[in-house]
Amino acid sequence: MTVARFWRKIPQRYNLEGTKCTTCGRHFFPPRTFCPDCRRNGKIAVHKFAGFGTIVTYTVIQTEPDHFSSPGPYVLAIIKLDEGPQMTTQIICDPKEAKIGMRVKSVFRKIATDGESGIIHYGTKFVPGE
Amino acid sequence: MRDVAVIGIGCTRFGEHWNRSFRDLFVEAGALALEDAKLSGEKIDAMYVGNMSAGRFIEQEHIGALIADYAGMATRHIPATRVEAACASGGLAFRQAVIAVASGMEDIVVAAGVEKMTDVEPGASTDALTGAADREWEGFVGATFPGLYAMIATDYMHKYHMTREQLAQVAVKNHYNGARNPIAQFPQEITLDTVLKSTMVAEPLRLFDCSPITDGAAAVIVAPLDRAREFTDTPIKVLATAQASDTIALHDRRDISTLDASVAAGQRAFKMAKLTNKDINMVEVHDCFSIAEICAIEDLGFCRKGTAGKFTADGETAIGGKIPVNTSGGLKACGHPVGATGIKQVCEIVQQLRGDAGRRQVENAKIGMTHNVGGTGATVAVHILGRV
Ligand SMILES: [Zn+2]
Repeated sequence: MTVARFWRKIPQRYNLEGTKCTTCGRHFFPPRTFCPDCRRNGKIAVHKFAGFGTIVTYTVIQTEPDHFSSPGPYVLAIIKLDEGPQMTTQIICDPKEAKIGMRVKSVFRKIATDGESGIIHYGTKFVPGE
Repeated sequence: MRDVAVIGIGCTRFGEHWNRSFRDLFVEAGALALEDAKLSGEKIDAMYVGNMSAGRFIEQEHIGALIADYAGMATRHIPATRVEAACASGGLAFRQAVIAVASGMEDIVVAAGVEKMTDVEPGASTDALTGAADREWEGFVGATFPGLYAMIATDYMHKYHMTREQLAQVAVKNHYNGARNPIAQFPQEITLDTVLKSTMVAEPLRLFDCSPITDGAAAVIVAPLDRAREFTDTPIKVLATAQASDTIALHDRRDISTLDASVAAGQRAFKMAKLTNKDINMVEVHDCFSIAEICAIEDLGFCRKGTAGKFTADGETAIGGKIPVNTSGGLKACGHPVGATGIKQVCEIVQQLRGDAGRRQVENAKIGMTHNVGGTGATVAVHILGRV
């Protein structure tokens, strides 16, 4: 991922900054600038998520892509944030510990190293806990 | 709208063609289709080509013109259009060809699909395929394609208590069929143990739950039904063409283990053909992973939600069962050159309907269906074909 492409999304990736439709109250993470429910009547505002959620489904990735920082197997999950939206994330925990319904909270971590430039990308991962 | 028929089919062998180029592959498939339709190239009015990622795989874009050129049609200046919807590119190319003929705009149209995936390192091809999902919010955080389908499998097994053995039966059955298909990449039968003892890729999916990296090309020729007998004694009528879309990311779906786009495309196709799932004699579904076939046969209505594991283990999806699924061997055993897969599915159903499927022939096959998925279900194309 290019530097510009990554930096553009830093508030979202570092701080879980998404959006909210103030017309209907629906939250969006990843952020959307267009509410699929209210369409042109939707008013979109920035919303910082609290960073708490529940595992909806997960897997343990054994053969990871080259540039990811996690050594060995890592837990990948879809979590439902308490505000409503679902997102894909890594869970830092013992792979045997991961469970559907497990409570998780956000932490700031290294995500990947860009192979060519060597630039380290940071972002949000989740750990077990309230 | 005019009725449309398939008048010719052609498919290369699927596999690792280290000694053959992208151009060699599609020229072979096109020539086979023309020969099958006893047609010369001058009769072709237009081409649609399904291709996912030649830019990433062989650093070549502008595939429509390239194919028309190397098929010998540059001097005739026919319209040649590339269609891209990740792994559903082929299904969409076929649909565009059918629409072009149905509309009356064109008469004789080629729908082709091609992918040359083994010219890059496996890591690079895996990364290119991740572009079929949401690069920013799935790929970037560490989702691989097997990882996304593994999360569908985890959700499904949690909700419906399908066993790991039942899931493995999908691959065992598809390899049995692939062993009877001369173009298959892996024409070997396997056992339950082969699947259950293969390398873990993304829990619960193992290597033998995953379709391979494949080179290959396929082509079909469509024409107005009322002209079809000029070219063939066995025209196959296109009874329905349907397409649907959904959220690009898996995490935004209403239900993780239902592909709502499959449900929508399936319902639209049945409505258009004025048929139900009971009328279908065999179906080619998009089994990029074993769990994808489980979801597909439920989403298309061939069995109730949550029962596809038992349905498969009971042999109902085998040749001779209630609804034979993936007689070609599917993506798992026949191979999955992404842009070509949707066209290969049509080739397989046409062979079945003509009675030309040899050792994998479904008895008395009159109506067949194809189901081609892009990404984790953000695009689905469904077609129904029938004997005339
Ligand atoms: Zn709204």
